[in-house]
Amino acid sequence: MMLESLPQNSNSNDPSAQSAPAQLLTTAQWRKDNLYVALFLGPSLLILSVFVFWPMIKTLYLSLFLTDNLGHASEFVGISNYVNLFKNPAYLSSLGATLIYVVAVSILTIVLGMLLAVTAQQRLQGIRFFRTIFSSTMGISVSVAAIFWLFAFNPSVGVFAQISQALHLPEINWLADPHFALLAIVMTTVWMNLGFTFLILFGALQQLPASLFEAAEIAGVGKTKQFFKISLPLISPTLFFVLVVTLIDAFKSFGLIDLMTVGGPNNATNLLVYRVYQDAFLNGNYGLASTESVVLTVIIAVITLIQFKLLGKRVNY
Amino acid sequence: MEMSRPATPTTNSANAKKVGQYVLLLILTLLVLGPFILGLWTSLMPTADISKGALWSSHISLDNYVTAITTTPMLRYLLNSLVISTITMLFQVLLCSISAYAFVFLEFKYRKQLFMLFLITMMLPFEAEVIPNFSTVRSMGLLNHYAAMVIPFLTAAFGTFMLRQSFMQMPIELKEAADIEGLSHLQFYWRLALPYTKVSLMTLAAYSFLSSWNQYLWPMLTTFSDNFRPVQDGLRQLQGQESFNNWGMIQASAAIVVIPTLIILFVGQHYFKAGLNEGAVK
Amino acid sequence: MTITLEQLSKTYEGSHQPVLKDISVQINEGEFFVIVGPSGCGKSTLLRMIAGLTGISSGKLMINGEVANQMPPKDRALSMVFQSYALFPFMNVAENVGFGLKSRKLPKDEINHRVNEALAMVNLSELRDRKPKELSGGQRQRVALARAIASEAKICLMDEPLSNLDAQLRAKMRIELKQLQRNLGLTVIYVTHDQVEAMTMADRVMVLNDQKVQQVDTPENLYQHPHNSFVAQFFGTPQINLLTANVTQCELIIDSALHLPITSSRINNSKVLIGIRPADVRIRVGSQGANARVAAVSYLGDQLVITADLNDSQTIRIVAGSQMQVAPDDLIKIVGIKCFDVFDINSKELISIQKGDVNDARVAAAEF
Repeated sequence: MMLESLPQNSNSNDPSAQSAPAQLLTTAQWRKDNLYVALFLGPSLLILSVFVFWPMIKTLYLSLFLTDNLGHASEFVGISNYVNLFKNPAYLSSLGATLIYVVAVSILTIVLGMLLAVTAQQRLQGIRFFRTIFSSTMGISVSVAAIFWLFAFNPSVGVFAQISQALHLPEINWLADPHFALLAIVMTTVWMNLGFTFLILFGALQQLPASLFEAAEIAGVGKTKQFFKISLPLISPTLFFVLVVTLIDAFKSFGLIDLMTVGGPNNATNLLVYRVYQDAFLNGNYGLASTESVVLTVIIAVITLIQFKLLGKRVNY
Repeated sequence: MEMSRPATPTTNSANAKKVGQYVLLLILTLLVLGPFILGLWTSLMPTADISKGALWSSHISLDNYVTAITTTPMLRYLLNSLVISTITMLFQVLLCSISAYAFVFLEFKYRKQLFMLFLITMMLPFEAEVIPNFSTVRSMGLLNHYAAMVIPFLTAAFGTFMLRQSFMQMPIELKEAADIEGLSHLQFYWRLALPYTKVSLMTLAAYSFLSSWNQYLWPMLTTFSDNFRPVQDGLRQLQGQESFNNWGMIQASAAIVVIPTLIILFVGQHYFKAGLNEGAVK
Repeated sequence: MTITLEQLSKTYEGSHQPVLKDISVQINEGEFFVIVGPSGCGKSTLLRMIAGLTGISSGKLMINGEVANQMPPKDRALSMVFQSYALFPFMNVAENVGFGLKSRKLPKDEINHRVNEALAMVNLSELRDRKPKELSGGQRQRVALARAIASEAKICLMDEPLSNLDAQLRAKMRIELKQLQRNLGLTVIYVTHDQVEAMTMADRVMVLNDQKVQQVDTPENLYQHPHNSFVAQFFGTPQINLLTANVTQCELIIDSALHLPITSSRINNSKVLIGIRPADVRIRVGSQGANARVAAVSYLGDQLVITADLNDSQTIRIVAGSQMQVAPDDLIKIVGIKCFDVFDINSKELISIQKGDVNDARVAAAEF
């Protein structure tokens, strides 16, 4: 899931940057070049049109209609789907839960990823081994992560239950308790994100010129200050990149929820994408689900646009 | 943060510091690997012991793996995923690289506008488009088939964008030298542009493989039989069945799924690091 | 193999400002032709137009009398050496050299033969299996040359091929390049911003500035008979002095303390630009009759370069023998000027060249 969302993000250069070498183009060459254009761009354009542009238009269209249970538009209702959606307390609580989830996941991912990255910078014997370990959750897919954590959260045999038993703490039924289920999903998501975040932040830290820190050392600047005053500002573009990836990814969370809580208990983990799935494929309300899809798209498009804008200016020091 | 510091006069405090650093590393390792180790360890234990909440058993064995392989379609799921991910990967590398090539080395009308179109697709989450896409593949008769899980992902705007960046980093002189030698676009693409951007291509290959491998929602919607079900959804299937409480077997299945990807990850780590950082900040 | 440019112009799409205007010249077979100018003057663009890598906006390009404006680069039978060498990093030396030949589908034996010969010619035979990143800058440069040689094209275009090398290597390569060109009978069109390269290697030089040709001439003529002050300033180290002077009936008044006589009748303006080569100035140290004050002295071993302020703040560079005892703030007297050029103050075109020594009596008029 993590990797899937990269498309939204890794655009750090100015997207409109001009490139190609100016070439001499005779009419014959023009024609030949156009053949290449068709050959080279055609397949991608076809697939994107069928599976990205067309569905987007269709979704927008459906969101303005009531639909029958086969998903055909039956009655035009204008924006009333949207109005109803935002009047619906269940949807608003989904939106709220999603926001809490997204913010918590982003903050924890970046803080912990940073901690790993900084720790892995130390020059110690065997540090390469630790670096490999730290990046390892990147290779763990959503269903595997869900199984590991389902086991850990299990109220009778899970490690959390055992720890609280041993310490005589009140027992928590993590996934069945509406107060804790979202937290459980947050923890699992953060854990899955760590490998990728670590790898990116670690790479960015490694690329900082050593001379800066030598200069700071000579000037008597302490390690902590070096981190906050030199490293952090310098890797701010990378940090921002990671933040956007994490945000967008979190908004699109589906797998963990389906595998661990099925949106429950009591809709506590019924996040946006899961609701789309439920309304469309379980309740057969395609118009409503399309409306929810459009809302999701707008959220993600806005984040992406902000990213394009800021990266155009290069978030900086 | 990482400075080779001169030997401090007080070796004791230096040693203490080192111990502290290792302790921190070990704590973090436990945090990262904890759930994983727990899972792997229990996959070796009989379910009866696991259910008692035991963390130790006198019957450590690979029995759970044997059970998983013989009584569930795990291997079939793995094969399905392998087929789907490999085809997706090969096509993404091919289609992304040729469209990226077009955006960098070909001149044509509306090049800028078309590229903007590609950028726009990066803003549209696939998750929000599953409803019409579902009816599309249904009307194409592709439901419950590899094709349904491959065709929508044959190309990716992100991959095109990433490779465009790499192609743009090729010195223009290389293209000029090739023009003087009279190389056609096809020759330049195949013999120079691709080898020159090997690292990016490897990164994209790894990405597309892993993201295809990790697909969950879409295969869940489009496949109904074990013959085509990929492994992510297959694991879900196992949990849903009567084996739900057979923890040992489920952990073993999870281990079977995760070990190949971890191997790919560690082997390809070098490329990954280089490529990721390029994609991220260049 | 002659190349003729007839009023070539280049304007980039979406821009109104041409980068090159009306470039005309004929480049002869076997000639070492250098295009020189400051960065941004369009010299690389001109080379790329000749190569066919960049389109021609107007004018005519002829190769051997045949119009070649629309000819694709590969059909122009030329080779090109790039500043960055444009070597393919994943191919070894021999593969790089033979690459073009292979894509032209030459027989294998022929390719091997040519690659071997070209590598031998640039003394790289032993390094044939190395990758470019395992080579030094100079060696990479030779690979690029070998590639051009192996193509056996009779015209070779070179785009600042030496500018990534260190000074010593560059001096050595200048000589080697020139020898190679002569031995192979190549027509070389060579782009550089370095006046020394232009002077030492060229049979003829085209000086480009402000999108236009300033002068096409042999190195001697460029130095001795510059058509305008730009060309005069471009060649020669230290740079020529360009001083403004007021014109009176019989004198050019550079400064209250430095006058030059007029011998040409062509000076009609009231103000002109005087070009004086630093080596053509003779001075005497001492306050008696002094007309300049030394601002800085650079010791160059066999000579001194003195920068001195004239009375009214114009500065003048002077080359003197290194045995001369002179220090900043010393007063000096300019006692003679061997020859000087007079340029129009507006058009910067040459008006006249004043030869023959201007002696003591006529130089100094007023005193400090």
